[in-house]
This record gives sequence, C-alpha cells and structure tokens, in this order.
Amino acid sequence: MIVELLLRFLIGGTIVCAFSVISEVIKPQGYAGIFGAAPSVALATLGLTFILKPAPYVAKEGHAMLAGAVALCVYCAFVGWLFLHLRHHPILEATVPWLLWFAVAFGLWGAFLR
Amino acid sequence: MNGPFGIAVEPAKLKQAKPKEYAVRFAFGGAITLLTGLIAHYFGPLVGGLFLAFPAILPASVTLLQQHEDHHQAGVDALGAALGAVGLLAFALLIWLLAEHLPAWLVIALAAALWFVASTLLWVVSKRLHRDHQGSSP
Repeated sequence: MIVELLLRFLIGGTIVCAFSVISEVIKPQGYAGIFGAAPSVALATLGLTFILKPAPYVAKEGHAMLAGAVALCVYCAFVGWLFLHLRHHPILEATVPWLLWFAVAFGLWGAFLR
Repeated sequence: MNGPFGIAVEPAKLKQAKPKEYAVRFAFGGAITLLTGLIAHYFGPLVGGLFLAFPAILPASVTLLQQHEDHHQAGVDALGAALGAVGLLAFALLIWLLAEHLPAWLVIALAAALWFVASTLLWVVSKRLHRDHQGSSP
C-alpha cells in the first residue's frame, strides 16, 4: 500500500508539473488555459488502476468522473469571472470556489450516481 | 515558433518561474493523486472517480499568472480551462464506455487524444465566435 501511494504521489506530481510547463510556454493565454483542465490526476491514477483493479472498476471511475468534469467546468468559469470582475485576492479567488466544485460534484453524485 | 490560429510556443517564459513554484505544483499534484487513490480505496470508485477531475492545476497556474502578468490574463486562462473541462467530459465518457472493451493503454491514449482534440476545437470555435461578434459590433 505504501509503495502504491508513493508511486501515485510521484506520478501525479510529475504529470501535474508537466502540464503546468506546457501551459506556461503556450500562447495565446486562452489556449494555454485548456491545459489548466488537463487530465493530469486522471492519467496518473487510471494507469495504476488499470494495473491493480479489474476493468469494470475503471469504467465506474470514468462514469463518476463525468460529474467531476461538469463541476470542474463550473469551477473554471466561475474563477474566470472572479478574476475578470472582482480582482481582489488571487489565492482566495482560486481556492474558495473549490467549495463550488464540491457542491456541484457531490450534488450530481447524489442525484445520479449514489 | 508560431502555428495555426496564432498558437505559439515561448520557452523563454519558463525563466519567469522559480524552482519553488514548480515544487509547490509537484507536491500539490502528487498529494491530490495520492488522496484520490485513498478516497477510491475507502469509498469506492463512484466517489474516487469524482476526484479524477479535481481542479489540481488551475489554482496554482492562475495565481502565478496573476503575479507574473495581471488579473485579466489569469481570468482568460481560467475561461480557457473551462473549455478544457468540457474536453475532460469527453475523456471521462470514453473511459466509461471503452474501459471494459479495449486494452488499457489504448483506452488511455484514445481518451487523452480526444481531450486534446475536443478542447482545441472548442477553443478555435470560441475564438471565431468572439471575432465574428466583435466584427458585427458597431
């Protein structure tokens, strides 16, 4: 278990960093932004899950990820609106809307996946 | 290096980022991936799967962008990420539908390619719509 968690940490950190680098060097900014919603955690996780679990388990994760992706879309649009219109505290504007992600993701989970 | 639709690669931008900023992204990305594995282990794949689309990259990138450039660029970056998130829906849909029917490496490769193509197409369409809207304004 410890080795698996360590592997997850290393692979996840590496893939998130790699997409961050791509996002950093690409212009224009609107296009670079798509890499802010790259499947970084998904790529890091699904590879290991395919090795360790049966395929139906992976399919269930993909099914649930649909709700997470809708929540991510809402989160990104809201953060974009905050940065364009409020211009207050960047760390708060990027992290407080995580609550919105949780609300939408678990709202959809409760409605369709539970 | 310029490509179609004004897309360019500027490696010199990497010099703006400090090693500490990449260390934070590495630690955060690793922690989210580790937590996703733990959540799936204790609560099952239907809860763990939600976190495969957790906003892991965007908070750091918009915060750093605001510091290096300005609030407006950070906002534009986040709106671009909303298009990437729609691409992520296509990624998830493909994993859900094909995970039980194709080899793992092929499913992951197809899903990643679909994310990239769908997100890029959405960005191209949104750019054209924005340009047409500006052109038709008095």
